[in-house]
Amino acid sequence: MNEPLLKVEGLKKYFPVQAGVITHTVGHVKAVDDVSFEVYEGETLGIVGESGCGKSTTGRMLMRLLEPTEGNITFSGHKISELSNKELRAVRRDIQMVFQDPYASLNPRHTIGKILEEPLIVHGIGNAKERKERVMSLLNIVGLSDFHAKRYPHQFSGGQRQRVGIARALMTNPKLVIADEPVSALDVSVQAQVLNLMQDLQREFKLTYIFIAHDLGVVRHISNRVGVMYLGHIVELADSESLYEEPLHPYTQALLSAVPIPDPDFKREAELIKGDIPSPSNPPSGCTFHTRCPHKMAVCSQQVPVFNEIKPGHSVACHLYDEAHRNDIKQSN
Amino acid sequence: MKRELLRVSELETTFFTDDGPVQAVDGVSFSLYEGEILGVVGESGCGKSVTSLSIMGLIPSPPGKITGGEIVYKDQDLTTFSQKEFRKIRGKDIAMIFQEPMTSLNPLFTIGSQLTEAISIHNKEWSKKQIRARAIEMMKLVGLPRAEELFKDYPHQLSGGMRQRVMIAMALVCDPAILIADEPTTALDVTIQAQILALMKDLNRRLNTAVMMITHDLGVVAETCERVVVMYGGKIVEEGLVDEIFKNPQHPYTKGLIQSIPDMRYKKQRLYAIPGNVPKPGSVTQGCRFAERCEFAFERCRLEEPMLYVVSPEHKSRCFLTEEVVADERAVIES
Repeated sequence: MNEPLLKVEGLKKYFPVQAGVITHTVGHVKAVDDVSFEVYEGETLGIVGESGCGKSTTGRMLMRLLEPTEGNITFSGHKISELSNKELRAVRRDIQMVFQDPYASLNPRHTIGKILEEPLIVHGIGNAKERKERVMSLLNIVGLSDFHAKRYPHQFSGGQRQRVGIARALMTNPKLVIADEPVSALDVSVQAQVLNLMQDLQREFKLTYIFIAHDLGVVRHISNRVGVMYLGHIVELADSESLYEEPLHPYTQALLSAVPIPDPDFKREAELIKGDIPSPSNPPSGCTFHTRCPHKMAVCSQQVPVFNEIKPGHSVACHLYDEAHRNDIKQSN
Repeated sequence: MKRELLRVSELETTFFTDDGPVQAVDGVSFSLYEGEILGVVGESGCGKSVTSLSIMGLIPSPPGKITGGEIVYKDQDLTTFSQKEFRKIRGKDIAMIFQEPMTSLNPLFTIGSQLTEAISIHNKEWSKKQIRARAIEMMKLVGLPRAEELFKDYPHQLSGGMRQRVMIAMALVCDPAILIADEPTTALDVTIQAQILALMKDLNRRLNTAVMMITHDLGVVAETCERVVVMYGGKIVEEGLVDEIFKNPQHPYTKGLIQSIPDMRYKKQRLYAIPGNVPKPGSVTQGCRFAERCEFAFERCRLEEPMLYVVSPEHKSRCFLTEEVVADERAVIES
């Protein structure tokens, strides 16, 4: 297999919890705790999980919008985690981000033309005329018109604003686009338009996507591979086909069976999991899912499961798939 | 035939803004029957929430006002009610739960005091002990653990799923005949959403409370509802049994909406996307509200407004194409 475009090893982000009159750190919120994955050129890696699982924090660390506490991020030969701010700026030209709320991420006082031109100015690309041409060409590519360049963000609908957000990300001709919940604020009919646009652009410009979302249907639709996160860990990572057809981790199984299916004939087989998501400031010991897991064993609350490749391209962090415990289960049967 | 509990007919709700009147609900008629779960589905600005607020008498006035139609509950027209009269039926006969449970709970009062408030307002003769016992009973019914301890807790100490359970307990504490749930699971994570939907279905069966489930998620509709009303641009565009609507949708908007959902069970090569944007409320006033985005639209659609054509006794669709389909079928039967 060829070299990955992006390689993440042992990534951690601990946010300190402070208290007291003379503030001191009393603990840590382990938002991301030892996450490793690779992203290959031209693919879409989906990252799914519920609120507080660390998926957005992971996305932000990849661009160093948040400083990682520990771990290595390597992007086409550059160690992002060790670059100075100046060097980082050059790399950011190749990694761009699309955010969830296109309204909050577009400056209301700037015209769309100015918003789109800004990344080019920051990176010193082209002269005024060339920049203007690039703005117009990208507006057309994302399905807007030239006259939109003179308008302000509030004059656009949600779907159009997300098109602007995507156009801005593509201005510098990046290799990798990190999209953090890009369609979750949109209506269903508009969501489909934006997803189709993102797929078209990927094909046309050979983009690589990291697609962070909570909607499992959307993630399956757009991703080649999918990672499932729970309380700061990746619990399962596989080809999307394999993950959705044969989920191995009990959390993935529970998550998939909880999604409402738009088909009245559909009958749910699996039982719903009970309980709430524990707080990331005080995660359960061992496997963080053991408090809600229907297959809990004694070892689960004591030992953190290792993230292992069980089948080619399908990795999971769960004691059910440990060699030793597999034998135990066999014996007990 | 089930007994009709609530009848909304030709409801019109208008907001008088600085830019002129905006008709958010434009001639909506439907009925809610005893013990059923009715889905009201549509995208932002379709008028689904304004419809439910109109029923509850919660339209902020000014700028909003019910400008036409009737809402009949127990032979009384709710649109003529004063706020004082509304207070007697709100919570007791018709209760409502909202999308974001944190903003609808008062952060300064304990769960217990908020739960008992509704009981004491509608049951003035009850003793304190009775009221407390009823509140605890409701908390247990909605699956809240450690009910006695939670009674003294404040909303911020609870998780999102537990808060929504408290909201449901509060809504059902006076045993209402109708529960209006406005996007009750939209703010929740998917595993918690599944728990809350299962709870609502279970309570509907056990208490026989009719539920009006307002949502944008067709998955939620398929999973919980028996009948569904599809709204677009302040109007009902299609109405029918859930089975029929999913298997034999008649209105191009309903068809498009169903096709544009990425289904988790299999991978589609490309999603169907309805072109254009969701219209602002009140922006289309002539012809079919959906004509601008409809791939089947013809001249008549832009000039004349279609009525709700009857496809089968339980199934109606507001589209001229349905009229043709229905006419063809009738011709076949007659010949």
